[in-house]
Amino acid sequence: MQFKIVSLIIVALFYCVQGNAQNMQKGKKIYETRCLACHQADGGGVPNMNAPLDAASNVVGKDIARLVRIIRYGYNERIALDGFYYSNAMTASPDLKDNELADLLTYIRNSWSNKASAITIAQVQAAKKKK
Amino acid sequence: MYKLSNVLLACVFALSVNAQENAGLRLPAGFSATLFADQIGTARHITINDKGVLFAKLNNANKAGQSIVRMEDANGDGIAEKISGWGKYGGTGIFVKGNQLYASSDDAVYLYQLDANGEVTNPTAPKTIIQNLHSRRQHASKSITLDPQGNIYVNIGAYSNACQEKDRSVGSKGMMPCPILDSAGGVWKFDGSKENQSYAQGKRYATGLRNVIGLDWNNQTNSLFVTQHGRDQLNTFYPTMYTDAQNADLPAETMYEMKEGDDAGWPYVYYDPFQKKKILSPEYGGDGKLEGGKNALDPLVAFPAHMAPMALLFYKGNQFPAKYKEGAFISFHGSWNRAPLPQEGYFVAFVPFKNGKPSGEWEIFANGFAGADNNKSPRGAKARPCGLAEGPDGSLYVSDDSKGAIFKISFNK
Ligand code: HEC
Repeated sequence: MQFKIVSLIIVALFYCVQGNAQNMQKGKKIYETRCLACHQADGGGVPNMNAPLDAASNVVGKDIARLVRIIRYGYNERIALDGFYYSNAMTASPDLKDNELADLLTYIRNSWSNKASAITIAQVQAAKKKK
Repeated sequence: MYKLSNVLLACVFALSVNAQENAGLRLPAGFSATLFADQIGTARHITINDKGVLFAKLNNANKAGQSIVRMEDANGDGIAEKISGWGKYGGTGIFVKGNQLYASSDDAVYLYQLDANGEVTNPTAPKTIIQNLHSRRQHASKSITLDPQGNIYVNIGAYSNACQEKDRSVGSKGMMPCPILDSAGGVWKFDGSKENQSYAQGKRYATGLRNVIGLDWNNQTNSLFVTQHGRDQLNTFYPTMYTDAQNADLPAETMYEMKEGDDAGWPYVYYDPFQKKKILSPEYGGDGKLEGGKNALDPLVAFPAHMAPMALLFYKGNQFPAKYKEGAFISFHGSWNRAPLPQEGYFVAFVPFKNGKPSGEWEIFANGFAGADNNKSPRGAKARPCGLAEGPDGSLYVSDDSKGAIFKISFNK
């Protein structure tokens, strides 16, 4: 019971700070259908196989264009991510609309231990123009 | 109420104390475990020479810059006190035969010479036995074993999930025939004593295996046994055919006896342990019911889906009770593709054998690797079982490739 109240308060605070609860909810839905299989419910990924999104410097970082690119085209580059390599090939999601990409990015940047700015549709559109 | 919670607390306490006594493992009655080594690095397969010196192959070089670790327990207290190492390349396979130590990277197999004390004599200048094997990230690790004649068997995993035109993509068809199978997706056989071999000098021994990490030669049947990692993501790619719950249970992880020329059916079929049939993959027109793979083997043992069998070992010793003799131990790394359902695995299983055939159901032998209160998230697991080896005294060793523990399991007469 106590736990429930505390987590409600935390969640409520969280949404006040992070803005739109609706966007988070929509982003979560997309995450669960397209990403959770590999990146897991706790965002922790699978060691050596699927990169973690929780506590990943790139995910909460400033290069939004890279994040948009990875989600749209998939990812399979074997470069070190925070010092580790991952062997799996990430599924591309070329069909996600700009508003869905914004919600999804807002969600992964503000879930688990991540805390970073929400992403707007305008930012996604600007990111798509970058190479 | 108060009393009940006290009893519960006492139970939890008793369990955790007991657990620590066996290096955190839960074992059948009469068995005990010690933490033989810890934090040695990402320990994949392990092998032991006839003096009890244990060697582990690391997936990545450890902090000391070593990728093969040598461990010796000279005073016999169940804990290695002499630990050293060499090698820079990551890999999975390692196998000792007399004074010869084979170790694999993700594209080659090297041979080291050991002296009478089990010390390596050519740490920086091994012979290259096999080279230029495909290493295309997915399923790149090369597991190895030798037969009594000195032939070496190498798994070359398929660099794909289900041989789709575009790997792991919604709606992408399976390629027909699957072009991966000519150079991967099977086990290759080479001469263990010749240098600089590659595809041209080797032979595709068995095919239709998506990714085999566990393999062992069975001296009773004089044949090769393997454990396969079944395909992933049926629900992600075919959400109208497979629910999350069905994906969590499909397909089975499988054990096969592979004779030369055998085919286990990947990518065209997968094994459904409930229908007990080889089912046509949806990438090849399957609907979850249509059968396929007429010429492909049926598995000898079907384990729950996605648990990831990492090593297979036939028990030859006399230390364990009679039921274990000639039976198979299989280490299960622990699943990830059962999400959103709870993950499974993170244990070592046992299958009893009689006359070279499974003679009973599989059972959990050693459990608790993930940690007492772990929900089995892959990242949160305390240990992920990987390599298996049998010591000259019949003790069983299990490696963990996440934090680098080596567990030694013994039976107390
Ligand atoms: C088939 C498994 C799989 C699926 C499904 C998947 N990913 Fe990934 N993802 C990976 C792997 C593997 C990597 C690392 C690839 C590499 O290192 O080359 C990765 C990397 C990433 C990265 C880069 C992380 C970093 O530290 O730079 C982001 C961001 C990401 N994924 C987000 C997503 C999102 C959002 C989805 C859902 C739309 C998703 N992924 C679906 C496997 C997957």
